[in-house]
Amino acid sequence: MSPILEVNDLTVTFPGGIQAVRGVSYQVSRGEVLGIVGESGSGKSVTSLAVMGLLPRNAVVSGSVKLHGKELLGMDEGDLVKVRGKAISMIFQDPLSAFTPVYTIGNQLAEAVRIHQKVGKDAAAKKAVELLDLVGIPHPAIRAKSFPHEFSGGMRQRAMIAMAIANDPDLLICDEPTTALDVTIQAQILEVLKTAQQETGAGIVMITHDLGVVAGMADRVMVMYAGKPVEEGAVDDIYYRPRMPYTMGLLASIPRVDGAEGPLVPIEGNPPSPKNLPTGCPFAPRCPMRVDACEEEEPPLVAIGGDRHVACIRSREIEHKNLTGQDVFPTPVIEHAPIERVPREQRTTVLELENLIRHYPLMKGAVFKRRVGTVHAVDGISFDIVEGETLALVGESGCGKTTTLQQIMQLQPPQDGRIVVLGKDSSKLDKGTRKALRRDLQIVFQDPMAALDPRMPVSDIIAEPLRAHGHKDTDAKVKELLELVGLSATDGDRYPQHFSGGQRQRIGIARALALEPKLLVLDEPVSALDVSIQAGVINLLEDLKGRLGLSYLFVAHDLAVVRHLADRVAVMYLGRIAELGSVDRVYDHPAHPYTQALLSAIPLPDPEMERTRKRILLEGDLPSPADPPSGCRFRTRCPKFARLSEHERTRCVEEEPVVIRLANAGDHGAACHYAEEIEVITASDDQEEQ
Amino acid sequence: MGRYLLRRLAMNVVLVAIAASLAYMLAATTMNPRASYEGRQPPVPVEVIDRTLDNYNLNDKTPVLERYVRWASGVVTGDFGSKWNGGSVGEEMGRRIGVSLRLLFIGTIVGFALGVALGAYSAVRQYKLSDRVIGVGSFVVMAIPVFVMATMLAIATYNLNRGLGFTLIEYTGEYNPNVTGFWPLLFNRLNHLILPTISLSLGAIAFYSRIQRNMMLDVLGQDFVRTAMAKGLRRRTALFRHALRTALIPSATYFAFAFGTMFVGATFTEKIFAWHGMGAWLVDSIQQNDVNSVAAVALFTAACILIAAFISDLLVAALDPRVRVS
Repeated sequence: MSPILEVNDLTVTFPGGIQAVRGVSYQVSRGEVLGIVGESGSGKSVTSLAVMGLLPRNAVVSGSVKLHGKELLGMDEGDLVKVRGKAISMIFQDPLSAFTPVYTIGNQLAEAVRIHQKVGKDAAAKKAVELLDLVGIPHPAIRAKSFPHEFSGGMRQRAMIAMAIANDPDLLICDEPTTALDVTIQAQILEVLKTAQQETGAGIVMITHDLGVVAGMADRVMVMYAGKPVEEGAVDDIYYRPRMPYTMGLLASIPRVDGAEGPLVPIEGNPPSPKNLPTGCPFAPRCPMRVDACEEEEPPLVAIGGDRHVACIRSREIEHKNLTGQDVFPTPVIEHAPIERVPREQRTTVLELENLIRHYPLMKGAVFKRRVGTVHAVDGISFDIVEGETLALVGESGCGKTTTLQQIMQLQPPQDGRIVVLGKDSSKLDKGTRKALRRDLQIVFQDPMAALDPRMPVSDIIAEPLRAHGHKDTDAKVKELLELVGLSATDGDRYPQHFSGGQRQRIGIARALALEPKLLVLDEPVSALDVSIQAGVINLLEDLKGRLGLSYLFVAHDLAVVRHLADRVAVMYLGRIAELGSVDRVYDHPAHPYTQALLSAIPLPDPEMERTRKRILLEGDLPSPADPPSGCRFRTRCPKFARLSEHERTRCVEEEPVVIRLANAGDHGAACHYAEEIEVITASDDQEEQ
Repeated sequence: MGRYLLRRLAMNVVLVAIAASLAYMLAATTMNPRASYEGRQPPVPVEVIDRTLDNYNLNDKTPVLERYVRWASGVVTGDFGSKWNGGSVGEEMGRRIGVSLRLLFIGTIVGFALGVALGAYSAVRQYKLSDRVIGVGSFVVMAIPVFVMATMLAIATYNLNRGLGFTLIEYTGEYNPNVTGFWPLLFNRLNHLILPTISLSLGAIAFYSRIQRNMMLDVLGQDFVRTAMAKGLRRRTALFRHALRTALIPSATYFAFAFGTMFVGATFTEKIFAWHGMGAWLVDSIQQNDVNSVAAVALFTAACILIAAFISDLLVAALDPRVRVS
């Protein structure tokens, strides 16, 4: 079978000598899924935009892109527009900005139809509705008249897919199609993509940084680093028998939701800047297997048996010795604090939330505002954290995680309920005590780019909390902190823009630690970081906790990271806690249907398991917190509710469940009337060995 | 949405009333219509002056609030009071309002359309020569006061006409009273419109082009333009249908502001090109201490600006579905 798309030696250079893509070749056949994996800046998105001819005009593209044997590069616009959206379609990452805000979804779909098919307006509108129906949008005829902002993220991505398959394309390019979505929605979208592929029989190029997503979808995988493919092969080969140290490191560095505890394997250093590439192998500076020859010449991508290509001079050796990332990359040793061996009941409580409530009024009107409703952002949650413990708050966007954090950080009397920080009730604080208490309660923010003032040198950023609390001589302390988080003491004079994302997050951590707090609140601390960087920061957090005896309140949506870092986990849904317990109990024996769905939605970086896994798919989106369902809030999407008898359902509708400790378990409770433990994730081999 | 617009309209009416009242107070307290009668030869007796001024509701010996109440109750019934010499302000306004509205209306439309087009074009051609020329040009135009610009245009046209030996473009007056017949008169009126319209709209073009360029640049980098092209639209079509359409929304909100500036320009333009409109009248009536006329012009301006604001609300609502819903 001849391939649909053949890309040969594609290079893209931007003004200023930035070589974004340096020689990419691949082929995609009908019905085949090619996964392109790489970190940000590896050139994976630029490659696909070059194929579509959508790069800015100042980009210089060379090489060859052939669609059905016809060269696309250098084709004039008149011919190219007949290919775009017809033979090749593209699905973009952020579906909110990818739709024009001023036209209805139906119109935009119909436009895509009418560009390539000679049909009337009515026929195109009808086709748009059919397409929306195909991708599983309820009431498609009505929803077609909605504007993009009236759709949820998951619905927009469905509509995006509908638009991409409108003209029955031969090739679909998906650029991070699920990155902006929550896991349960991601699982839905991946299903829709599979449907779309069956429907059109198209080849798919799947670009992502998430090794889990690719494992379940792809037939072949290409790993890119610094604008070049470094390894390519069948999905099983790449995952089970990687032959290039970068791939090996990448696979070893991702925290796994089914994985063992213990430190992650970080890849040291940062990806090279495309402006300033090293002469030899671009990965050499970070590679633990580096030899002198690596720095002399960049290794070409050579075939090693069958369909596999690797760009590494030591690939034969790796194959011969059957090395993995764990063997090659040094694994740090992380000490645990002595407090962690003390039973939980005997440790002091650092944070206690009791029935915390935060409602926001929903206002309407420009001049005369009137209350039209209430957003139940946090609706009665209770948990506690003891010394030396990490509690993770997980849940999808809109479940109230961030509001909970804000309530705690404000140290103000809550609307209702109690917040007790280090034994002090927040409603009984005077100004002085409140300020003193802030020393012990610090926060690390999600986005390290936005959380640091770009016009302040790093030493000032770190010294700021010290000065705010009246410390005079801060220099020595700042140097000590920089070294504590793995930066050099001389870095203090530089500005945030000189640091990479991972380093900036370390600066943010150093700032939070400046006042030697007892409780650190971590708001999605690694979600903005690349996989290989993420592992290093997670290890640092774990190490700091052990060395300084900290407690963490950790907010995250990535359940794999949570499993790795947390001791206990609280799963939130629509402002309530659905399940609460020790990480091992909750992950291995989830009792709440929501937790079960959440866990089963997480893609595993393991092709074999992904193929055999049965997913619990949730339907629809999160209900609005302004109008939560009566009784159990999850019942509208609950797969278990659907199986209950009429009689049993009444209880779900009428009575709101509270977190009840499960009978046979120590530290594990679920807010479900019909809680039942099941195993969702099969334990991985290495865990069974333990 | 309809109720929202109605509320806005009602609020605008209140604002017009407040603006006009303030303008009347200011004019009535600072201007001195008595001066026009006092300096006469032979001198007019004080009682006669007082009686005349009383008649016209212009007597500074009457408390200003009392005069205001009389003026306001007149305005509500459509009577705008008397000019300093007894003529009806209402009639004068009737004569002049059409003249001004014609200038302002055409100036606004031309300014908005050309400004948006130039701005969008220069955004698409960012950092190219044409973008830089448009950019420098707009700043130069914005830096030149309208009266300098209008005078320069008039001089240039005068020289052009003299060089050609006949009057290609008219540079004074509203129309030539000697021309008869429908078509020749229409053509003549249009010819007279050219220069004032240019001098009025140049500022607006410069203003809108800067705004539109910024808005367009924001939009050009957005994903939906790329999506539109990925669907198979030509770059030009994608830019026009998706980018420009979205980038128009913020520009529409500036409509009201630009209209205010435009009226300021109109006072000079009318004066310089000898058009007998509201703007010229304002200048004349200030010179003549004509309180009621000043108040009438202020009322007209306030009404115009708030109508422009209302239109920009309508425009935004028409262009942006996100506004329409809430």
